[in-house]
Amino acid sequence: MNVDETDLPGLGRRKDFMTGSGRRVGVVEYREGQIELIVSTWDDPDTCQASIPLTADEAATLCNLLGGQRLAMQLSEAHREVPGIVTRQFSIGADSPFDNQPMGKACIRTRSGVSIVAIMREGEVLPSPGPDVILHPGDLLVAVGTQEGLDSAAGILRHG
Amino acid sequence: MEPLALTLIELGAVLFCLGLLGRLAGRIGMSPIPLYLLGGLFFGSGGLVKLDGMHEFAHLSSEIGVILLLLMLGLEYTAAELVTGLRRSWQAGVLDLVLNFLPGAGLAVMLGWGWVGAMVMGGVTYISSSGIAAKVITDLGRIGNRETPVILSILVFEDLAMAAYLPVLTATLAGVSFLVGLQTVGISLAIVTVVLVVALRHGHHVSKALHSENSEVFLLNLLGSALLVAGVASAMQVSAAVGAFMLGIAISGATAHSATQILEPLRDFFAAIFFVVFGLNTDPASIPPVLGWALLLAVLTAGTKMVTGFWAAKRAGIGLPGRFRTGATLIARGEFSIVIAGLAVASGVVAQELAALATAYVLIMAVVGPLAARFVEPLVSMLRRPLKRQAVGTIGGA
Repeated sequence: MNVDETDLPGLGRRKDFMTGSGRRVGVVEYREGQIELIVSTWDDPDTCQASIPLTADEAATLCNLLGGQRLAMQLSEAHREVPGIVTRQFSIGADSPFDNQPMGKACIRTRSGVSIVAIMREGEVLPSPGPDVILHPGDLLVAVGTQEGLDSAAGILRHG
Repeated sequence: MEPLALTLIELGAVLFCLGLLGRLAGRIGMSPIPLYLLGGLFFGSGGLVKLDGMHEFAHLSSEIGVILLLLMLGLEYTAAELVTGLRRSWQAGVLDLVLNFLPGAGLAVMLGWGWVGAMVMGGVTYISSSGIAAKVITDLGRIGNRETPVILSILVFEDLAMAAYLPVLTATLAGVSFLVGLQTVGISLAIVTVVLVVALRHGHHVSKALHSENSEVFLLNLLGSALLVAGVASAMQVSAAVGAFMLGIAISGATAHSATQILEPLRDFFAAIFFVVFGLNTDPASIPPVLGWALLLAVLTAGTKMVTGFWAAKRAGIGLPGRFRTGATLIARGEFSIVIAGLAVASGVVAQELAALATAYVLIMAVVGPLAARFVEPLVSMLRRPLKRQAVGTIGGA
């Protein structure tokens, strides 16, 4: 990842990068030590839509949230060596039949051979969730399996 | 009334009024400098109220105000930032200098103020207000914008240009012969270079010598050394302001940062007095005759700053709206234009109208600058909307 570092004489330093979707995301580090999260607008990558001052705690929390996402990416990285095994994420929508139901009710492993290895909820990671974990809208399920298995698991979660 | 009582009452009343003006400026989100100038005009010679009791204090305070303004300007950037800024943006800096010095200088020659007047007015129209620009960038949430480093590096270049310009100006104002002038300028440029080198290599020694954990001691150290250096520089005909500026550059790192924090309230106080005194010494009746010229100069130099910013941002690969923002942010002139005009007026070798023109010019630019920076964005996007719709159409088609 190519992070641009730019000096802001008299103020501090800006570190940012371009996302695939064409937005610039990064931080401004002030000489005094404060930190600001910056996000560019969608139509002009030169402008900031938001610059959000973060305390050290807030920055650490945000870091955790993004770190959870990283877990899924690392998992798929680890499985890359094993042919036929893929990692995918499913989000539970409010219209899912298993919304507010225990996960075991979906019988995903039995029906599709796919394992749910983690659930990400509000920035926290639930590793190896059991069948009695209640699914909530907004949950992100990290699933490992074959391509076909994952396709059918997606169908199960959406339509029951 | 007793002289002391009169002085205190006058000073108190003036400061109180400045406080009110400052609050008003904050309420409507503008720089307080034009209001301070107006306050000075209102009180001063030919104004509505005459203040003689505080004259002595105000005079000395305004000198200290200039010293502190320049000291803080020096503190703002480290020597390393100055040097990399110079290396990276000298083309834009030179364009800025040429485009914005010439209108002021040209008008001064046209009005028959001679080369000295040209030297002064060129400086007045050249230097953007880094104070106003920095405030505009922060207030509008543009620190993370991509064009911001471009703006800042132009301001850094202007900073360095001031270090070379002020000694030249002082020599010119002192009316020394060409050879002596060249010598003075040579000496001061040599000093500037030496200070930069020393600050780069041994800045921490200077900082260490001045630094103290005790804020009281630190403040006294800072203020004492600034006045000492300024005094010595002044005795050497190099201009007190340059001395203070150089000291500011030599102080670096964490010391510079805490020095800025500690000096800020003092600077605000003495600089406010300086602006008022400048206004006090300007006869309000002398402003209307030069108002037309000031307006012309304002339009012209707003345009030239716009061109400078546009060009510099384009070179840095910034998109069209960002180029306009860069130019508009540079438009504001303020404290340093008044410092330059103040030096000229104090020397007494320039026409009285020059002070009036500089006052009127800064009054306009300090108000127009932030407004331009704020409203250039909606204006540009309004103009671009029809264009963009076309562009989106083609992308959608592909």
